[in-house]
Amino acid sequence: MKFNTLTLANAIALLRTKKISHKELYRDIFAVIDNKNKELHIYLSLDREASKKAEKNTSLPLAGIPIAVKDNFSTRFLPTTASAKMLEDFHPPYESTVTKRLVEKGGVIIGKTNLDAWAHGSSTETSDFGPTKNPRNTAHVPGGSSGGSAAAVAADMCITSIGSETAGSIRVPAAWCGAVGLKPTYGRVPRTGVVAMGSSLDSPGPLAKTVEDAAILLSVIAGRDPYDATTGDAVVRDYKKCLQKGIRGFKVGICYMDHPDLKGTQISRSVGEAGKLFKSLGATVDIVPMSHNLRPHAIMTPDHAIGVYTVVQRSEVSSNLARYDGIRYGRERSSFGAEAKRRIMLGTFTLSRGYADKYYIRAEQVRNMYIKNFHELFSHYDILISSPTPGYALKFGESEGNPMFGELTDVLNEPSALAGITAVSVPCYWDEKTGLPLGLSIMADHWQEEKVLRAAYAFEQNTNWNPWAKQKI
Amino acid sequence: MATKFTPKDVSRIARLANIPVSEKEENTLADEFTKTIAVVDKLNTLDVSNVPKTHMTGLKNVCREDVIDTERMFSQEEALKNATKTASGYIVVDRVIEQEE
Repeated sequence: MKFNTLTLANAIALLRTKKISHKELYRDIFAVIDNKNKELHIYLSLDREASKKAEKNTSLPLAGIPIAVKDNFSTRFLPTTASAKMLEDFHPPYESTVTKRLVEKGGVIIGKTNLDAWAHGSSTETSDFGPTKNPRNTAHVPGGSSGGSAAAVAADMCITSIGSETAGSIRVPAAWCGAVGLKPTYGRVPRTGVVAMGSSLDSPGPLAKTVEDAAILLSVIAGRDPYDATTGDAVVRDYKKCLQKGIRGFKVGICYMDHPDLKGTQISRSVGEAGKLFKSLGATVDIVPMSHNLRPHAIMTPDHAIGVYTVVQRSEVSSNLARYDGIRYGRERSSFGAEAKRRIMLGTFTLSRGYADKYYIRAEQVRNMYIKNFHELFSHYDILISSPTPGYALKFGESEGNPMFGELTDVLNEPSALAGITAVSVPCYWDEKTGLPLGLSIMADHWQEEKVLRAAYAFEQNTNWNPWAKQKI
Repeated sequence: MATKFTPKDVSRIARLANIPVSEKEENTLADEFTKTIAVVDKLNTLDVSNVPKTHMTGLKNVCREDVIDTERMFSQEEALKNATKTASGYIVVDRVIEQEE
């Protein structure tokens, strides 16, 4: 067995009992990186000294395992570029809270992974340093914006990884690369030190090989941070211990199946199968009808969320990216790529005098309708299931010439992102011809990460869609 | 009525956003903004008359004591490390006040 293929839970167990050494583990990890990184373009920077740091960490909870981190998390020992030319030479003088917590618990940041520049995109094609290829099929994109982290997991070029989501940026690459992606509740995991995109949406989270691995990482990175006022006091559990509780008695709602993008697709069949499985495990399962307007017992169409998300996100982008003036750090404003320019300018427009009421305020009002909708639905249901994407990973170039490609790809994730709730994507199908996977999305109310993880674990254990979940050591 | 952006609109927004754009870009962006806002304008089909105007996540403002956290203090060297232009321990910025002739 090559040790780079180990899950996080298994790697920790083997290191702690000294059945493998850090030297052997890092040898296998770097062997696959040296072999494939040039072609796949996953890591933008690497710490070649990582294994030396790891050896001291055996007794800590993460035992010195190598972690890949999206390159929008500030790290003192590796550059932080957000895949943008603007920040090509930037060396942060401080550490993000997420990476600080990982390192304190014995994790080692092995390298920084590629993303759409500034996390603006859904394919990792808009990285100023060139796209990442999907390890499952290199003619296809890995999804984005956390495409590098999802691909690092899929190619076993790390033991586990961290990404961030604004609307779909964890769930979509997880689905398209066949990994487990957990988008925590907004405010569950601190944003301190993460290059800001949409400040009312940004949620850092794990991209992992199994649900158990995602649960282990969440327990490490979650919790209040005095430097991010949106982080809540909600209790952080040892999520790994909750997994086996099962879902007997859960009320499950199946969503968006009558959406035109999903009708008759493989993913709608797979979501239906998941519903049957949950029923057999003791849950009650209903189909939630979709409605154009807000009404009780129905889920509002995700289509309105495209407009809401476009306005909210671009407005926040225009404000967040105003700080890049090339004076204290970074380069001049002319070095922004085309996508960043588009977003900053449109956001400037939607916030400008005379237009803010028409666009920004209306978008916030419709956002409130989504929040109210989920609030009502979660008074009847424990979890809602659907898919993060209507189909498989796109081929390179399919997004060209569409100024709203990202918004359209992420349509199924936008309502939940705007409402700030938690969701996970787990592999639920593999296409035999192309080798490409699909993901099942499981959503729950604010702070209910335990519910999505329990349901995802039950799905993973009772199906054969995630080969890592059956790994024997 | 559909909102149509002209290159002149784009040039005004570019100035507000402090983004340099070429004449060619102004034309492309005008077309892209028109398409994007057309999608956003679909929100007008929804009745929002009774919906609050600020979003309600239930978050409350948080205050803390303004104490010095030595762990987060930068040395002068660290603080200036990433600046493009420095002089005698200062960051050099462009002049924003007009000079008297």
